[in-house]
Amino acid sequence: MVEKLLDIRDLHVQFDVYGGTLKVLNGVNLCMEEGEKVGLVGETGCGKTTTAKSILRILPEPPARIPKGEIFFKNQDILKMGSRDIRRIHAHEISMIFQDPTASLNPVFTIGDQLMEAIKYSSIEDGISKREIQRRAIQSLQDVALPDPERILENYPIQLSGGMRQRICIAMALATRSRLLIADEPTTSLDVTIQDQVLRLLGILVQEKETSTILITHSLGIVREWTKRVYVMYAGAMVETARTEELFEKPLHPYTQGLLKAVPKLTGEGIAKGIPGRIPNYLNPPSGCRFNPRCPHVMPVCKIERPPFFTTEGIHQVACFLYKE
Amino acid sequence: MMAVETLRVTNLKKYFFTKQGVVKAADGVNFSIWEQETLGLVGESGSGKSTVAYTIMGIYAPTQGTILFKGKDISKESKKRSKRFKKDIQIVFQDPGSSLNPRRSIKQILELPLRVHRITNGSRTDQIEQLLNMVELPSDYMYKYPLAIGGGERQIVAIARALATNPSFIVLDEPTSALDVSVQAKIINLLMSLQEELNLTYLFITHDLSLMRNLATRVAIMYLGKICEIAPTVEFFKNPLHPYTRMLLSSIPVVSKDEEELKPKKIISRGEIPSPVNIPPGCSFHLRCPEKMDICTRADPMMIEYAQGHFVRCHLYPIETG
Repeated sequence: MVEKLLDIRDLHVQFDVYGGTLKVLNGVNLCMEEGEKVGLVGETGCGKTTTAKSILRILPEPPARIPKGEIFFKNQDILKMGSRDIRRIHAHEISMIFQDPTASLNPVFTIGDQLMEAIKYSSIEDGISKREIQRRAIQSLQDVALPDPERILENYPIQLSGGMRQRICIAMALATRSRLLIADEPTTSLDVTIQDQVLRLLGILVQEKETSTILITHSLGIVREWTKRVYVMYAGAMVETARTEELFEKPLHPYTQGLLKAVPKLTGEGIAKGIPGRIPNYLNPPSGCRFNPRCPHVMPVCKIERPPFFTTEGIHQVACFLYKE
Repeated sequence: MMAVETLRVTNLKKYFFTKQGVVKAADGVNFSIWEQETLGLVGESGSGKSTVAYTIMGIYAPTQGTILFKGKDISKESKKRSKRFKKDIQIVFQDPGSSLNPRRSIKQILELPLRVHRITNGSRTDQIEQLLNMVELPSDYMYKYPLAIGGGERQIVAIARALATNPSFIVLDEPTSALDVSVQAKIINLLMSLQEELNLTYLFITHDLSLMRNLATRVAIMYLGKICEIAPTVEFFKNPLHPYTRMLLSSIPVVSKDEEELKPKKIISRGEIPSPVNIPPGCSFHLRCPEKMDICTRADPMMIEYAQGHFVRCHLYPIETG
C-alpha cells in the first residue's frame, strides 16, 4: 500500500469582497500518492491556482476564508497547522513554480542571492557553510542545463531570457529537495519550442529526484504529454478524474468533452463551436451542478443537487448525473 | 481560376535603431495575399510577425521595400495614406483589455470609426445595432462598458469595431491567444463565417500552428525577421521542409494519437532564439539547426520554390530541385 502524500477533502474557499462573498472553491477533492505526476487542468478562473495556494497556505486571509475542508499532507492537516509548521512545510516539503518567472524573481537581487537564500532557508538544521551553499547553487543551475552557472549567479533576472528565468525558478524549487512540487502553468509565458525544452527538463529532474508533482495548466496537450493521472476542474470543483490516457480516449463529463473538442487539432478537422455561455459568477453561482447552465445534457436533477463522483471504470470518476449507475 | 492579389509585400524591411544596435525586426519579407484567403503568419516571440503586421497597417513606415494593396503603393505611414485605404484595411489586436478604452461605452467605441469615415446609412444607433447583430451580440451591449463583459466578448467588440468601416482586408494580430480554448473556438467560428459572408481577406498573425491547420489557406513561418517557409496549408503540414518548421511542429503538445503521428520524429528542440540585435551570420537558424552544414554558417540561403506554391529558404534544398 503506497502512502498518500496529499489528500484534499471537500475544500471550500471563499473570498469576502465588496458586494458579497465569492464562493470560489466548492468542494475540491484531490488525492495523490508519493511519486505521482498529476495534472490539474481547467480554464481561466476555475480555481486551479486558488487550490494550489491553499495547499501552501499562501492565500491572503482575509479576504480569503476556508470555511470547510481538510488538506492532509503526510497525514497531517495543513489547515490546522501553526505558522511554525507551515514554515517547515515551505522550507522542506512543498515548493511551487509560478506562471510568470519575471514576477516571481526579485529584480533588484542577483540570481545568486535569491537561489542561495532558498537553499539556506531550506537547510537550516544542517548548519551549512557558505561554500557548500554556493556549491549546491551551482549544482542546481547545472541540473537545469544552464551554461556558465558561475556567471549566472552574478546576473540579475533582467539579463536573462524568459526560458532561462523559468529554469532558474525550477532550479530554486528543486534545490530545496521538497517532496512535492506544484508547478502552476510553468510554461504558459514561453514560446512553444522553449516550452518543450523546459517541460522535458522538468520531467527528467522530477524523475531523478523522485519528486511528486502537480502540474497545473490550461493546456490539455501538455497534460497529455506530461502526466499519468489528471483532474479536470470547472468552476471550483473537480468534474472528472482518470488515468491521463483514458481521459483523452474516453472523456465522460460534458465539460471535458466540450473542452477537448474545442482544441484545434493538427489533423485539421475544423474548429468545434466551443462551449456556449461562460464561467459562472462566483458571487451567485448556479445551484446544483455549476456546469448546468452550459451543459447540453442538462436534466432537472442537475439544477437541484450537486453531483457526487461516480466511479465508472477503475479509477475513472466523473461528477455528473449522466453516469449515475 | 484567376485569383486577385489583395496585398503584395516585396522585400519589406523594418529596422529599429537603438542604443544597443540595429534591430532588424523585419529583414526582407516577401509574400502575397490573395483575395478571400487567410494567410497564417506564424512565429515565436521576437520573430517580427507583429512588426510586419504593423508596417502593413502603417503604424510604422517601412525602412525599405514596398507594400502594394490592390495594386496601389501604400508603403508609408498611416497619416500619409488616403482615408480610402485606411477604411479598407483594419486590425484586431491581441489584448482587447488594452485595445478598448475602458471609459467609453461600447456604443461610443463602435461609433468612432463611423464618425471618422463619415459613414452614414440610417441612424448611428441603428448602425451600431446592425454591427452588434453581425457579430451575434445582443443589441443592449451597446450601453455596456468593456470591463463589464467577458474577455471573449471584448474581443468580439474589437472585431465589430474593425468591421464598422466595411473593410475588405483585416489583420488579426493574435486575436485569440489571450483567451481560453472554449472561447477561442467561438471567436474563430465567428471570424470564419464573417469571412464567407463579407468576402474578407485575412492576415492571421499567431504562434499557434494547430489553429492555422484548421483555419488558414496558406501558412508562412517567420524566424528572426525572415520568412523561412511558406506553403498551402495541407501541403505545409503533410510535407514540412524547413528544419525550424519541423522543430516547431514536433514541439506542439497534442491531444490524440492521430495528431502524434503527424509530428515529425526525432527533432528535439534546442537552443534559444538569438537576440534580434545580434543575428548570427549566414542562415540565422544555424545555431539551433539539427541539420547544420558548413555553408549555413557563411551564406544566407535563398528562397526557392520546392513544389508548386511551396517555398523554402534552406540550404538542404539546393536551387536545382526548384
